[in-house]
Amino acid sequence: MSDIAERVKKIVVDHLGVEESKVTENAAFIDDLGADSLDTVELVMAFEEEFGCEIPDDAAEKILTVKDAIDFIKSNAAA
Amino acid sequence: MFDLTGKTALVTGASGGIGAAIARALHAQGATVALSGTRVEPLQALAAELGERAVVTPGNLTDAAATEALAKEAEAALGGRIDILVNNAGLTRDQLALRMKDDDWQTVLDVNLTAAFRLSRAVMRGMMKRRWGRIIGITSIVGVTGNPGQANYAASKAGMIGMSKSLAAEVASRNITVNCVAPGFITTAMTDALTGDQKEKLLGGIPAGRMGEPSEIAAGVVFLASEEAAYVTGQTLHVNGGMAMI
Repeated sequence: MSDIAERVKKIVVDHLGVEESKVTENAAFIDDLGADSLDTVELVMAFEEEFGCEIPDDAAEKILTVKDAIDFIKSNAAA
Repeated sequence: MFDLTGKTALVTGASGGIGAAIARALHAQGATVALSGTRVEPLQALAAELGERAVVTPGNLTDAAATEALAKEAEAALGGRIDILVNNAGLTRDQLALRMKDDDWQTVLDVNLTAAFRLSRAVMRGMMKRRWGRIIGITSIVGVTGNPGQANYAASKAGMIGMSKSLAAEVASRNITVNCVAPGFITTAMTDALTGDQKEKLLGGIPAGRMGEPSEIAAGVVFLASEEAAYVTGQTLHVNGGMAMI
């Protein structure tokens, strides 16, 4: 399922405009990638769209790193 | 200037005097408008008057589910996007505070403030994606000055101003502006109910010496909705003939 990881990373790169090399699985959106709180909301919206799933607010709040996003999508997404 | 060709707008309370004037003015600038309200007949009459680029999307704003449904329905009716939201719907349940029932308080807060928040939240998602949006709240002079007998109404209108400033700060970086227009005394069914004596007294407090027209509120909304107003956000535009200078 590395496909999901690649798609997540691409969204992060596109949205935050950061170097691909910086988007490691352990990178935190806010602390490492310079996202603000509104960026994190937009990232979640982008993930929902890409993977056709709904990410509830309480789950979204726990998605702090690239890995968190990949893990959530792996266990919840249809695509 | 103020060309809105290609933009879409949802106007709540479009069956009332001010709401209808706002819808007419946005439409005249080229926008496609969704007319919302509880009374379907006047909405349909207005849509017929406007002709093309006008759709009717009735909605009941006292109910959370119905309010969310209205946002979705209007978005679909407008081709999948709402660029401009005008939170104009409002009602009054005037009573001295000592006699005001909880229900009178709650209904006014629900429709005037909570529904405005729910609709704003619903449209912001799409606006953020498209990196463009205008949210305009029709508040009132009494939200700033207070008014005896209107603790509920004044609270809802003051709340709208505070809410708009907060939303404005949250989404300014995404090219979405959030502003209010605060009418003073405007000739509508609400003010037609005043007696001659009451009107005369009121006019004494208005430097312009007359009541305002709904079209004069609509003009402020058109400005705030326009591309030209992109750098105006978190503000309240007072349209009151100088009655209160804030």
